Amino acid sequence: MTEFVRVSELMPPGHVRTPAYLRGKMGLIERPLGRFGNPEQLAYGLAADKQKLYRVRFSMAEIWGDGAENPDDTLDAEIFAHWLTPLETPDAS
Amino acid sequence: MPHDHPDHDHEHDHLSPSGHPYRKDQDAPLSYFQNMEIAIRELLIEKGITTEAEVMATINQMDSRSPADGARVVARAWVDPAFRQRLLDDASAASREMGYDIGALRLIAVENTAEVHNVIVCTLCSCYPRNLLGLPPDWYKQKAYRSRVVKTPRAVLREFGLDLPDDVTVRVHDSTADMRYIVIPKRPEGTETFNEEQLAALVTRDSMIGVQRALSP
Repeated sequence: MTEFVRVSELMPPGHVRTPAYLRGKMGLIERPLGRFGNPEQLAYGLAADKQKLYRVRFSMAEIWGDGAENPDDTLDAEIFAHWLTPLETPDAS
Repeated sequence: MPHDHPDHDHEHDHLSPSGHPYRKDQDAPLSYFQNMEIAIRELLIEKGITTEAEVMATINQMDSRSPADGARVVARAWVDPAFRQRLLDDASAASREMGYDIGALRLIAVENTAEVHNVIVCTLCSCYPRNLLGLPPDWYKQKAYRSRVVKTPRAVLREFGLDLPDDVTVRVHDSTADMRYIVIPKRPEGTETFNEEQLAALVTRDSMIGVQRALSP
């Protein structure tokens, strides 16, 4: 996986551990965390696939736009690989 | 009568003669999930999968964990550069190395420096490194903290008495999945001669969540 990623802008029903405020946002992989059971299956007692999990770093400017308190501050969150699309460059959309 | 003074009723009317606030009796009917917990627990005991003693022992073990455990880990990192590196590389393994039985906890340690200040939240629920720090404070679980600290962390930190200069980058860590986080606060100045135990006494729960600094001696 390349370093820059974009979080899918999906709003599926059910138990999801990708926060809504990060959907559609671009970030940088901070570190891979290994494989973990997919919470979208675990939550319903289903046999869960092991999915790659990444810690992704976002700038506050990317998340909140002009409303950012300090654009250069950052936020890290854990996002599963099936929510991430690799980007060639930070500007690709 | 409480109803005569709606603006300041609980301050005056709910105090005992000795000045302590009354706490309401918890005599409301059990909720759906409380009933379900009791039913499942009783079934597990009835079927011999666990015992009352085992349930009590687990509750007691959870209650016995406290921020003092995390404080000792932080103090060790302050005095032992090799341990600090192991803690940053794999905080679960480093905590176990100090003898803490942290179960399946997957811990990441993030370090405050002159340039970076870290603060922890779980916006989706209330994930917290309980196996090392004990139970989280009530405010950590409330929506006000969880929704505000990801958007205006500096304003929230100011409310905790921590006013960070603009040249310090704030890094918020949202515990969204399987990891839990602990902040290694900056070692306070004037502690060069302190031993590990003296240092651990300066490491508060809130400094390991990142909403305050470690105490100054």
